Amino acid sequence: MVCIVCKQKEAKVHYTELAQGQVKKIDLCETCAKEKGLSDPTSFNLADILLGLGASHEMEQASESKGGELKCQTCGFTQADFKKTGRLGCADCYKVFAEGLAGMLKTMHKGTTHKGKVPQTFRRSHDHASKLAQLEQDLQGAISREDFEHAAVLRDQIKVARKTPAKA
Amino acid sequence: MNILEFLISPSDAAKRSGPHDKVVLSSRVRLARNIRGVPFPGHARKADRVRAFETLMPAVQSLNQVGSDAFAESMEKLSQNEKKVLVERHLISREHEAKGVGSGIVLNREETLCLMVNEEDHLRMQALRPGLQLGQAWMSLDSVDTDLESRLEIAFSEQYGFLTACPTNLGTGIRVSAMLHLPGLVLGEQINQIIQAVSKLGLAVRGLYGEGTEALGNVFQVSNQMTLGESELEIVERINKVLLQIIEHEENARLTLLEKKAKVLFNHIGRAYGTLANAHSISSKETMNQLSLLRLGVDIGMIPGTPKSLVDELFLLSQPAHLQLKTPDKLDAEQRDMLRSDMLRDRMREVARPDHLGVVIPPKAAA
Ligand SMILES: [Zn+2]
Ligand SMILES: [Zn+2]
Repeated sequence: MVCIVCKQKEAKVHYTELAQGQVKKIDLCETCAKEKGLSDPTSFNLADILLGLGASHEMEQASESKGGELKCQTCGFTQADFKKTGRLGCADCYKVFAEGLAGMLKTMHKGTTHKGKVPQTFRRSHDHASKLAQLEQDLQGAISREDFEHAAVLRDQIKVARKTPAKA
Repeated sequence: MNILEFLISPSDAAKRSGPHDKVVLSSRVRLARNIRGVPFPGHARKADRVRAFETLMPAVQSLNQVGSDAFAESMEKLSQNEKKVLVERHLISREHEAKGVGSGIVLNREETLCLMVNEEDHLRMQALRPGLQLGQAWMSLDSVDTDLESRLEIAFSEQYGFLTACPTNLGTGIRVSAMLHLPGLVLGEQINQIIQAVSKLGLAVRGLYGEGTEALGNVFQVSNQMTLGESELEIVERINKVLLQIIEHEENARLTLLEKKAKVLFNHIGRAYGTLANAHSISSKETMNQLSLLRLGVDIGMIPGTPKSLVDELFLLSQPAHLQLKTPDKLDAEQRDMLRSDMLRDRMREVARPDHLGVVIPPKAAA
């Protein structure tokens, strides 16, 4: 039996894990097992390994359609790197590899959109944007109702809101 | 201060108690965070890693929750064995143990908050509590995280949430876990059933010690697998609910054993006592399994006057890096097995002989 990661050396480490009701079996050589952190049951996550294998395939398909290997301009990470490590290089990689990641995230997680905590700075910019949008909508309404007095007030408010952009 | 001087003594560490600690050894919530504009540690050049380290360490140390009496150090300053001790205390991961320049650890005085700098992500923050206290752990870590936001530029996207090196942590970046002692379910041969049921709920169950599927010391870890598309609180609540059910199953399994197979149970526990108190060489594997039975003996009232904390202390002291602390000479496996047995024989004198007559066998109606 050969190692499923390098497909070269003999698989000596065999791991079975139950995840989502399915028994998944993994056969690795000692080198790859160590590299994947398999020697540590506390941090080992089978999904990581499966991810590195399955996702890169999907990513290859995504990049083929774009004609060439994807590479993050910010950090230089390539899909080959992803295939090797199952990790990404930097925050911007999530934009670069988005297409290839989408399907994989769907199988891995409950959803593909973040639910939960949002840092204050992002909350502010989000609130800010929606407030601005609301003002603009009110302005359109006021103008269409020929209520120019109110429109003038709204226009001033929008001006102020635009001048004080939220922290990015 | 040296980390070994800083750490709470094994005896005091073992005395910490919490709700449901007959079954739940400890609760942990971990958050993964990265700072913007610096590659993730695994891909960062040394200069970038050091830059991230120099940004993170002061930011983390300035937190109220960390406190001025915390331990903060670069990983390169710790010896191999010191790092292993931290792993055995469940304060850092094995991955972090391998780190050196550009990685760090910050641990608060109470050992309820431990932060790893430049592990797989720039920051891995963990809140630790004895027993089942996941809500508590989450709330305290949430406040740490909120305070950090104003000190650091965190990598976050509206779509994907907190951006992490590995897509398995994406979104909330949260890993909620509990360490469980489940001898009843193992002896009652119900453990596989439980593992299957729990994993169907999207949670992972694995043995904390040992390779592959073996779970030395009957210690298991339950944790969430999914981090994206579900809020932190939903994850904490869901896993807490499952844990309460596992606790109930474990308690029932123990009662059933007492009711139907008391002799078998007493035999296991009595022999465990005999081995631990009399061996002259004992492997780590055997020690963990026997101590698990001894702990069960304490729980069912078969070992009068012996606190559970003593067993937990021995569990810790039996680990390789903790044994190595006893001598400056590098121990090999054989020497370690002897030293372990010496320590156990000595400390087991504090443990009363098991007495099955003290055990209250539940009436049939209880089941
Ligand atoms: Zn291999
Ligand atoms: Zn990148």
